[in-house]
Amino acid sequence: MLNTRDIMETITMIQDENLDIRTITMGISLIDCADSDIDKSCEKVYNKIYRYAKNLVSTGEAIERKYGIPIVNKRISVTPISMLAGVSGGDPVKYARTLDKVAKDVGVNFIGGFSALVQKGFSAGDRELIEAIPRALAETDLVCSSVNIGSTKAGINMDAVKLMGETVCKASEYTKDKQCIGAAKLVVFCNAVEDNPFMAGAFHGVGEADCVLSVGVSGPGVVRSVLSKMPDTASMNEVAETIKKTAFKITRMGQLVGTEAAEMLGVQFGIIDLSLAPTPAVGDSVAHILEEIGLEQCGAHGTTAALAMLNDAVKKGGVMASSSVGGLSGAFIPVSEDAGMIDAARKGVLSLEKLEAMTAVCSVGLDMIVIPGDTDPAVVSAIIADEAAIGMVNSKTTAVRVIPAIGLKEGEELDFGGLLGYGPVMPVRKQSPAKMINRGGRIPAPLQSLKN
Amino acid sequence: MKSNAKAVVTVIGKDMVGILAKVSTACAAAQANVIEVTQSVLEEFFCMIMIIDIENATAEIEELQQSISDSVPEMKVHVMHENIFNSMHRI
Repeated sequence: MLNTRDIMETITMIQDENLDIRTITMGISLIDCADSDIDKSCEKVYNKIYRYAKNLVSTGEAIERKYGIPIVNKRISVTPISMLAGVSGGDPVKYARTLDKVAKDVGVNFIGGFSALVQKGFSAGDRELIEAIPRALAETDLVCSSVNIGSTKAGINMDAVKLMGETVCKASEYTKDKQCIGAAKLVVFCNAVEDNPFMAGAFHGVGEADCVLSVGVSGPGVVRSVLSKMPDTASMNEVAETIKKTAFKITRMGQLVGTEAAEMLGVQFGIIDLSLAPTPAVGDSVAHILEEIGLEQCGAHGTTAALAMLNDAVKKGGVMASSSVGGLSGAFIPVSEDAGMIDAARKGVLSLEKLEAMTAVCSVGLDMIVIPGDTDPAVVSAIIADEAAIGMVNSKTTAVRVIPAIGLKEGEELDFGGLLGYGPVMPVRKQSPAKMINRGGRIPAPLQSLKN
Repeated sequence: MKSNAKAVVTVIGKDMVGILAKVSTACAAAQANVIEVTQSVLEEFFCMIMIIDIENATAEIEELQQSISDSVPEMKVHVMHENIFNSMHRI
């Protein structure tokens, strides 16, 4: 039977340590909605998403009540829209408006999939979609966009890198009256995963089933709290072991919620994404875990090592707890969404270069970083290329979500509000990489790609 | 309610007269059978964990939590389906 300690532990985790299910994300394939007439295509998209997702929010809420565990976000991811745009032609922004409308009508927080996969080259619809991204993000509220520009198998598409640098800057420019929110809804990936439930990078891969439900768990506060109870003399392997056990418990809860929600909605259960996803709330920070391990501040020397251990321990603990693990799985380090990172960035302890090093050992990449509004698009492209190179060579997912803060200079702050948080403008190098970026072409796939 | 369903009620707060009585009354009103009770009082701090059978309960978990909270407004009350504890603490 249940014992008192276990029961109190669960309740403390939820009540005091911000344990929650970060998201339940329904992935819906839109392949059968493609039509050579864009208006018909949009109508089919609306109808299919509405049909599958109309009960998503109420089901999520029912589970919240039954188990007393908050499910913070209910979201939808769809097939990359570039594929539909390729069939239908026309202005891809129409699709974005359709997605935005259906997302609002079913009541979800975000809808992802205004995406294109161009790691090896552009096919029909890809270029049109990418060019439409800034307008699409400016005209909609809930649509998220992502573009995959590289992979270990294909190398890096430098034409796309150049285009995405410009697109990020434009997305920010078009939404300068709304805290440059456009750029915060746009992710540039290398080795994008097809079953990621987290925004802004979620899309429903072509290899996925027609409709699946995936879960993203969270809980940096819980991990920090158990570490704070350990003595300073505990060795690193004891620390790793403790993180593993905690990750196991968190993931079991995600598994329970995911399978139950999938059953209630009558769809297939997809994956659990074992991620430590911070929020700007006090006590929900990944940086504070690193500090609890023993760094004076996140960004100090030693941060990369601590993060590598944390990331690995989370995965090891979570893997056994779930029937299927996928998505990005690891620790997220979004600067503006993490109270500890914001502090470290404000003090100048955490720099872009350190963050880049950290992305080599954690789950994603340069995430939610505010850079000066006058940054040259070629510099943004170069940041994307650097990050993609780390992902390509290490066979891991990396991503860039930087926000050029239009009108703001180094040291000033941009506040998005809500889960996206706030952050100081971080300095970037001014020396121009334009000559390399303008070369275009492709960085060939590395030797690591030849595994067969 | 689904088959063989149990819920865990926890009540935490400052000790006072009649907590157990009030909480049990609220459970009874909802046709939830009390299976097990453990309670401890440490100095003035009261902590009770109650396992109840909600198979034939007339109220949903959320309503039950509300009615228990209303009966002991000074206390912190949680009512959660037992599955969450089983899945987190049992392999």
